[in-house]
Amino acid sequence: MSALTDLTLAEARAGLDKREYSAVELTRAHIAAVEAARPLNAVVAETFDRALAGAAASDQRLGAGEAGLLEGVPLGIKDLFCTEGVRSQACSHILDGFKPTYESTVTRKLWAAGALMIGKTNMDEFAMGSSNMTSHEGPAINPWRRSGDNRQLVPGGSSGGSAAAVAARLCLGATGTDTGGSIRQPAAFCGLVGLKPTYGRCSRWGIIAFASSLDQAGPLTRTVRDAALMLRAMAGHDAKDSTSVDTPVPDYAAALGQGVKGMRIGIPAEYRVDGMPDEIEALWRKGADWLKAAGAEPVEITLPHTKYALPTYYIVAPAEASSNLARYDGVRYGLRLKGEDLRDMYAKTRAAGFGQEVRRRVLIGTYVLSAGYYDAYYLQAQKVRSVIARDFKQAFESVDLVLTPTAPSAAFAIGEKMDDPIAMYLNDVFTVPASLAGLPAISVPAGLSADGLPLGLHLIGKPFDEETVLRAAETLEEAAAFRAKPAWLEDGGAP
Amino acid sequence: MAIDKATVLRIAQLARIEVKDEALDELAGELNGILAWVEQLGEVDTEGVAPMTSVVEVKLPRRDDHVSDGGRRDDILANAPEAEDGFFVVPKVIE
Repeated sequence: MSALTDLTLAEARAGLDKREYSAVELTRAHIAAVEAARPLNAVVAETFDRALAGAAASDQRLGAGEAGLLEGVPLGIKDLFCTEGVRSQACSHILDGFKPTYESTVTRKLWAAGALMIGKTNMDEFAMGSSNMTSHEGPAINPWRRSGDNRQLVPGGSSGGSAAAVAARLCLGATGTDTGGSIRQPAAFCGLVGLKPTYGRCSRWGIIAFASSLDQAGPLTRTVRDAALMLRAMAGHDAKDSTSVDTPVPDYAAALGQGVKGMRIGIPAEYRVDGMPDEIEALWRKGADWLKAAGAEPVEITLPHTKYALPTYYIVAPAEASSNLARYDGVRYGLRLKGEDLRDMYAKTRAAGFGQEVRRRVLIGTYVLSAGYYDAYYLQAQKVRSVIARDFKQAFESVDLVLTPTAPSAAFAIGEKMDDPIAMYLNDVFTVPASLAGLPAISVPAGLSADGLPLGLHLIGKPFDEETVLRAAETLEEAAAFRAKPAWLEDGGAP
Repeated sequence: MAIDKATVLRIAQLARIEVKDEALDELAGELNGILAWVEQLGEVDTEGVAPMTSVVEVKLPRRDDHVSDGGRRDDILANAPEAEDGFFVVPKVIE
């Protein structure tokens, strides 16, 4: 593994500025890493020629003193983002062969900042999943393994390929999207920083929709500073997304280094869920102690409706998905199966094109929106969502941030938790509430489990206060001094 | 509100997803499991609570009502499984 792939994004940018290496050299090193890591199945489309052409242009701009914020930086792009002329299939069979004729706003902004796309990354189909197991391309593999155990582990999901790629040093950062935890949970499983911005901070235009009132793009990186840099390039108002918010994008990296002195950190009693492993509870306490040692004040708070967040999510998200996925009809793009008539063609195409979990959620969503059940399920869920958001609003009257674990376990093995959909849904028990309330939240690698797997701590902030979230995340990062590396980097996956 | 096979079939037809007869029982079981779990939302007192319509407190932006984009027929048809003479082609719907 060459040293160039071990740099952080910020270090790589500094090295490019000093011309210690060229963008082409940096890109070639990452291409070699992607090629060597094909067994991880993290990248579903390699775009090396495009990356190299972009790198040559970046070198010119670097030479001319016109470098952008992310100039010459190779990134992985989740397959959910529409990228012009490059497959964008949400890792679904139903989008077979789809090459958009347009570019998503977030990726367009990344390219404008000088970033390079090294490939499209694997994900759960239509972002529905917490393990990357629902991908039509097959699962991505977590570069981490339990100590003394060679079983392959999931990278989490839905942004599992992005997380596996960044952890395995295939790129300096990657885009993810987060609907109920799809950036933060894979970040925790792969020992990364994963940031879900406030709903409305990044444009959703050109991101294949799952649940529109929840979907939000964000970065997966190896450090908090890298997340700050990527977010700055990704965020901003877009007239093409009426839910994107027109507030200035701060220089997030400039907010770093200020520490947490005087901050009040809420510790919500309701996140002590039954069956949570002791090591996760211990890490959570340690996180509070670290922030306290840095001058913050941990305070017990209550978020009384936390236990209703997951069931609320599993009404709201499938309902929106059933509506959003109505567009896959075999007419405009992707897969088409022959049928006896138009209706039969729709039904056969959708049955063949959607995987099991997507079909399940579309059916649930259709049911809860159907006549006679709308009030009991969907309307009640939307009311409970208001109540959950109100819990946070009240908590934020007395605290600056909320600290919780990111996930109730470390990464699990491929094939585990596959029998019962609800057991899989519980992965997102700590991340879903912030999604429902639209709040910014970050996962920071904070320690290792007894069997040597990364565990994350999770900070939730006030709307559009990503700066405070990042500041405190940096404090956790410094205190945790997480230096462990995935087994993949040691032995290339050889058992 | 248990879902039976007939209900699964009706939902599947609404969702335009073909479900084979032999898969109905298993699907009914899965959907019932999920619905039984979300039933607990009924416990929450939501008297006087407005359903959430927007998670961020912003006024919906308005823009001038003018055409700002268009003339991209070929772009739009580029990914069609079947297109002809500038149109999407679907199975015959009118005899």
